[in-house]
Amino acid sequence: MAEIRNAIQNDQPLLVAERLGKNYGRITACRDISFALYPGEVLAIVGESGSGKTTLLQLLSAQLASSAGRVSYRMRDGVLRDLALLGEAERRFLFRTDWGYVHQDPALGLRMAVSAGANVGERLMAVGWNHYGRIRQTASSWLERVEIDTARIDDAPRTYSGGMRQRLQIARNLVTEPRLVFMDEPTGGLDVSVQARLLDLMRNLVGELGLAAIVVTHDLAVARLLSHRVMVMKGGQVIETGLTDQVLDDPHEPYTQLLVSSILPP
Amino acid sequence: MNAPAYNFAYLDEQTKRMIRRAILKAIAIPGYQVPFASREMPMPYGWGTGGVQVTASILGPEDVLKVIDQGSDDTTNAISIRKFFAKTAGVATTTSTADATVIQTRHRIPEATLHEGQVLVFQVPIPEPLRYLEPRETETRRMHALAEYGLMHVKLYEDIARFGHIATSYAYPVKVNARYVMDPSPTPKFDNPKMDNCAALQLFGAGREKRIYAIPPYTKVVSLDFEDHPFTRYRFDAPCALCGAEDAYLDEIVTDNDGSRMFVCSDTDYCEGRQAVGHRGRESAAPHKERPHG
Amino acid sequence: MTAMIEISGAEKSFTMHLQGGVKLPVVRGVTFDVRAGECVVLSGPSGAGKSSILKMIFGNYRCDAGRIGIAHEGAMLDLAQAEPREILSVRRSTIGYVSQFLRAVPRVATIDVVAEPLIATATPREEARERAGRLLHRLKIPERLWALPPSTFSGGEQQRVNIAHGFISDHPILLLDEPTASLDAANREVVVELIDQKKRAGAAIVAIVHDDEIRHRIADRVINVTAFAAAA
Repeated sequence: MAEIRNAIQNDQPLLVAERLGKNYGRITACRDISFALYPGEVLAIVGESGSGKTTLLQLLSAQLASSAGRVSYRMRDGVLRDLALLGEAERRFLFRTDWGYVHQDPALGLRMAVSAGANVGERLMAVGWNHYGRIRQTASSWLERVEIDTARIDDAPRTYSGGMRQRLQIARNLVTEPRLVFMDEPTGGLDVSVQARLLDLMRNLVGELGLAAIVVTHDLAVARLLSHRVMVMKGGQVIETGLTDQVLDDPHEPYTQLLVSSILPP
Repeated sequence: MNAPAYNFAYLDEQTKRMIRRAILKAIAIPGYQVPFASREMPMPYGWGTGGVQVTASILGPEDVLKVIDQGSDDTTNAISIRKFFAKTAGVATTTSTADATVIQTRHRIPEATLHEGQVLVFQVPIPEPLRYLEPRETETRRMHALAEYGLMHVKLYEDIARFGHIATSYAYPVKVNARYVMDPSPTPKFDNPKMDNCAALQLFGAGREKRIYAIPPYTKVVSLDFEDHPFTRYRFDAPCALCGAEDAYLDEIVTDNDGSRMFVCSDTDYCEGRQAVGHRGRESAAPHKERPHG
Repeated sequence: MTAMIEISGAEKSFTMHLQGGVKLPVVRGVTFDVRAGECVVLSGPSGAGKSSILKMIFGNYRCDAGRIGIAHEGAMLDLAQAEPREILSVRRSTIGYVSQFLRAVPRVATIDVVAEPLIATATPREEARERAGRLLHRLKIPERLWALPPSTFSGGEQQRVNIAHGFISDHPILLLDEPTASLDAANREVVVELIDQKKRAGAAIVAIVHDDEIRHRIADRVINVTAFAAAA
């Protein structure tokens, strides 16, 4: 009989959470979270409000210090680094280059009074791009890629619709070709048709660019469309995890079964 | 009635020591904004209190003081500050750039090349070059600490996108000693090259904002730009109407009610100096003659 | 002949927490092999667990016990113990699955739905679409429909798109859940040909077919899953 072993050894995890937890005094926001995310994988964190999913996202993206456990990220040089031990300069640099963070409200992730071109070009300028023409050209091609009319490159996002702002936020984050993108309810607050278009865009970009992503959402349909894996959170803990189709087609936990049964059938 | 007795240069000695410490720190970290305990001065904020405090802290009885405002020794503010120090410090004053040891200035750098041993003191309204892009002080301090200056280039990018060229014509941001980005105070960008590798010590004081910064002599000062939109000094398209200088910053002077105007050196000492050695411009003989269009 | 699938002692039940914790056992002690080049047909009455077994092999259902051995990249991998990314890798390059009903990503054109498994293994987009087109052509899906998402197609057309999606790659293992269900005679014939082709190419196939005639033509072995019935 052939040897049974774990067949995949070559790729290494991109982000590793080990017994991660956060509490505010006696209130536990999240607890005992462990997982490994690999390059190109999209992980959805699903749960209702108050489940701790946004806190978890902030812990994972080093915006909050953990109370327990740790998060490690594999830098471009291949070394796995504990995020808590990174210097502030390193962390900020990481945030601007190798990572993206898409906020639910695009106004938080954009400079609303500055032109779209400058919004997309800012990260490039922050890493030393010094040629106006090239910056503008790159910004323009990214606008095209997120399906924004390039004629609006000099308009400020104040003049954009909600869906356009969200797409601009995505462009702004992807311009430095990050390897990991964090998304917090990226389609929240948008009309259904706008949501659909945005999800399609995100799905295509993630596939084309081979991005790893962690998407926080309360919407299982978003999880099914975008993610390979899903973690279901309740009361600050992960109660079920697995491949998206596994968890949604074969839910084990009572809460997961409740969530799945709540989706209206098409 | 007793005339009030002032300490030398108005400020008490302890205050001067505090300001000198701030100045030393500023010189040690070129372009970095050092906070200092700005005192109440006998003139309101916005009238040069920062410059006055710096000057007061460095003046000695042997110094020769020149004060200019927009290049001129004889505007109200220049005269008033010069008299202030004459009264409280008893130092010799001059209008000659070459003879001065300390020059306090508002919004201009003199045309004459400064030499070693001179100190140029700038009056600064808003010291933070990023202030209009990022209103949070906590954030701008972090940006300076981490040398995160992408936002500065965003401003320049916006200018080019909107106007086709970098439209900033004064207070044009510079990078000092290849490290800190600094606001040179509202001097015209025409003057920026003079700050680079200057033989004199340049000190900057902002009274209301409570910051002091410095450029030590012979320090590299580079104006920010893009590769394909390089920093250019502009040139005026005619020489000074009084002394014929071709490479000086000119002021526009309206000469009569019909809208005729002439352009003369903003640096009054420089212009008079040139005229004294025989240089003449088009208008020097007849100041009221109408300047032909050209 | 190499064993491509080795299932041993697999077991599955559902616990319906929303219905008071009712436990529905499905299968138990599932044990069989499938070799390269052979087609094993699972038979048994409706509800006996045939589809569930297929889904366990695909990793869509998690099993409660037992081992699902899959020959993947030169070694045997136990899917029941595998990491999520290992299962994703198996689906990308080793197992193709034609489910009972098409579940395509909405708003994606038919040609792209079919081309996608090739693109996932780094086939250039143009080439993938070309091959997708040829397969769709063979399955008699007219070209004018290729740019449309399949959600508006008839049941039979959707089924054929589903088949194209499953058959387009060169996966050494294929799982087919009622591949000929909604098809007319001519199209059933095309599917039988496709299955034959895959068998000759060395694929291991596990299929569920109700149609006796089709079963006779494609099956090398028939396994009756009532043998694995779990006690209620």
